[in-house]
Amino acid sequence: MLRVACKRLRVFSTRLDCLFNFQHCAKDFKPAALYASKVPDKPTVDSIDYDSLPELPEIDLALVEQLERISLVEFNNEAGLLRLREAVKIANQLHLVDTDGVEPMDTVLEDRECYLRSDNVTDGNCVEDVMSNASKVEEQYFVAPPGNIPMKKRDKDHLSNILGKKEEEDEDS
Amino acid sequence: MAASTIKNAELFLNLASPLRLKHIRSSLSNSKYISVCSVCGSIHQRNFSKYSSAKLNQRVNIDKGGKPSHKGWHSIIGLEIHAQIKSASKLFSGAGTQFGMSPNTQVSLFDAAFPGTLPVLNQKCVQAAVRTAQALGCHINQVSKFDRKHYFYADMPAGYQITQQRHPLAVGGSLTYVFQCSTTSRVERRSARLLQIQLEQDSGKSLHDLENGISLIDLNRAGVGLMEIVTAPDFTSGDDAASFVKDLRDILVTLGTCDGRMAEGSMRVDANVSVHRPGDPLGTRTEVKNLNSTKNIRLAIDNEIERQIEVLENGGIIENETRSFDAEDGQTIAMRDKEKLLDYRFLPEPNLPPLVIHLDDSTVPSESSSLFVTLRRNGSGYDNFCLPEQQRLMLETKYGVPLIHSVVLVRHGLFDLYEKLVSNHNCDTRATTAILKTSYISFLDDQRVDATESPVTIQQLAQLIHIFQRGEISSSSLSIVLNELSVSSQLSCQTIIEEKGLWMVSSNEVILAAIDEVLTKNPQNVKSYKKGKVNQLKVFTTKVMKILEGKASASHIQSLIKDKLDKY
Repeated sequence: MLRVACKRLRVFSTRLDCLFNFQHCAKDFKPAALYASKVPDKPTVDSIDYDSLPELPEIDLALVEQLERISLVEFNNEAGLLRLREAVKIANQLHLVDTDGVEPMDTVLEDRECYLRSDNVTDGNCVEDVMSNASKVEEQYFVAPPGNIPMKKRDKDHLSNILGKKEEEDEDS
Repeated sequence: MAASTIKNAELFLNLASPLRLKHIRSSLSNSKYISVCSVCGSIHQRNFSKYSSAKLNQRVNIDKGGKPSHKGWHSIIGLEIHAQIKSASKLFSGAGTQFGMSPNTQVSLFDAAFPGTLPVLNQKCVQAAVRTAQALGCHINQVSKFDRKHYFYADMPAGYQITQQRHPLAVGGSLTYVFQCSTTSRVERRSARLLQIQLEQDSGKSLHDLENGISLIDLNRAGVGLMEIVTAPDFTSGDDAASFVKDLRDILVTLGTCDGRMAEGSMRVDANVSVHRPGDPLGTRTEVKNLNSTKNIRLAIDNEIERQIEVLENGGIIENETRSFDAEDGQTIAMRDKEKLLDYRFLPEPNLPPLVIHLDDSTVPSESSSLFVTLRRNGSGYDNFCLPEQQRLMLETKYGVPLIHSVVLVRHGLFDLYEKLVSNHNCDTRATTAILKTSYISFLDDQRVDATESPVTIQQLAQLIHIFQRGEISSSSLSIVLNELSVSSQLSCQTIIEEKGLWMVSSNEVILAAIDEVLTKNPQNVKSYKKGKVNQLKVFTTKVMKILEGKASASHIQSLIKDKLDKY
């Protein structure tokens, strides 16, 4: 999954390159455009054939709970769930990008070597700086809420109602 | 584990001018204090009381050398070992790594995840991992990459740990270790495969104060370099896994890449355990996290195997979950976070370009100001030492020391001493082994020193071994002489033995007198011997030995007693 995402990124960055080149040429001919942003003058509207895209994955209660856990965002209303569905739908467009034969890319620095420093203690002993943003401090310790407290098991009935309703609507349409 | 945690906790308390922390100290005694495993980010409740030895004896020991045990169940164990790299500064920042410093003093802004700070990799950490990988026969990837592993926990301020998931520094390799059974004197060589070695950041430490409902976070350990060594599931029991970890620890200490102080958390082990019926596919595994002594590794694994078998025999199913080990109860406990619910969302670390290990100096870019690490080392004289396995083999082949003894000698760092004693001081190999592996090791333990810091010189020790091998002093007197030597080092062994009257009783008259005394005092035993109970001989011998204070040879006494009784 990750690799696929990286592939996409690579393609996007290639696209960006083209854009930069275009701007570079434009500089020579149109001095007025010197400070123009990298944003194209006109919006490009591609019509997306949604039928050619993979189907939206089923969003069940377990998945919503999992997403809430890892994102610390609650989808506790219908609008939230709709937004999630729309987000997945938009992201699905990435499937249209042709990535055949494109090596996945991690970082734009991947042709460089990682810099290595010598093993000397050059930092630390700056408790005041380190703790300057801490809202609560005790005896030079940061104070945090106790442990890894899982999100409270809330009543998810309203969610199952929304999910159930949406599915019915989908079937109808 | 319990003992070490107490130590850590006390250390924290002492350092923290504990006015406000009095409640913690009081809650220590109430066993409400909790220690946290910061790597996995979960809480392990521990009672800070002493290890109950009675409970320890309940432990199960099931190693039958991989043979089906436990009503036909097979157990399979794989290990993940987190070894702290011995370096002055942290993996990605210039903050110090000393253990037991005042809270949050060894923290740079990067370690506290301040926005705008960037990681700069420590060359020494890379070198340490490369050396370790070479010693373990791994294939070193000349290009490796860093990833972010996300989880939310207060002792991981960035919200992710920088690790190497997809392209680790090294893969493959194997380690030949000596399996030592904890209940029998069985030893044998075994081999385990390694899967990979990766570099990663350690996390901070949390102290939980349940009474006040808060956690206290110390980031001194956050960002210290770790080598994570992952093994194949090649182990069959707690003893097996513990033996491996002991040997691995010895290697890391010999290489100087990790200080191996398990009590200080320098090495922590996660064990993946599963059981299955022979012939069946492997069972579902559970992971027991953060074992930080070889004893706990053994106990936790054996306990987890027992538990899984019990669950399966009762028709239950094993869930894929993370468990922690409670040293107090000797039980593993399910942790709140089930593994399947965790999603680490691994991402490539964009702030670190690929890590390149050069073959030799020739491929290093000359214009770069960066340090570098090469696979071939030229002329630095690094590899002039023997790894533990080589030392054991030397002892066995060159001096005929049996494996069971060479393991002990090498583990205590006595290889060099042994070599010198035998080759430079003409000591008998058997006598040297006998003295070193028992009296000398317990002497060093009592003195709380390493083999290198012994107060007894090699000349004195050689002298003592010569006296011992001539049979002029008994083995029980050795420790007295060693202790005396450490106090008054200018005295010679002979003088001490003379002063303390430790010479072996050589005149038969004294021995015979003692024998007479014993025989007249125990007419009952003499009678039963006459009726054919030969084992009475041993009873007499020990009694005579007691009278002579151990200063005579047992076999000699026994033969004298036999003569005497047969003449009765």
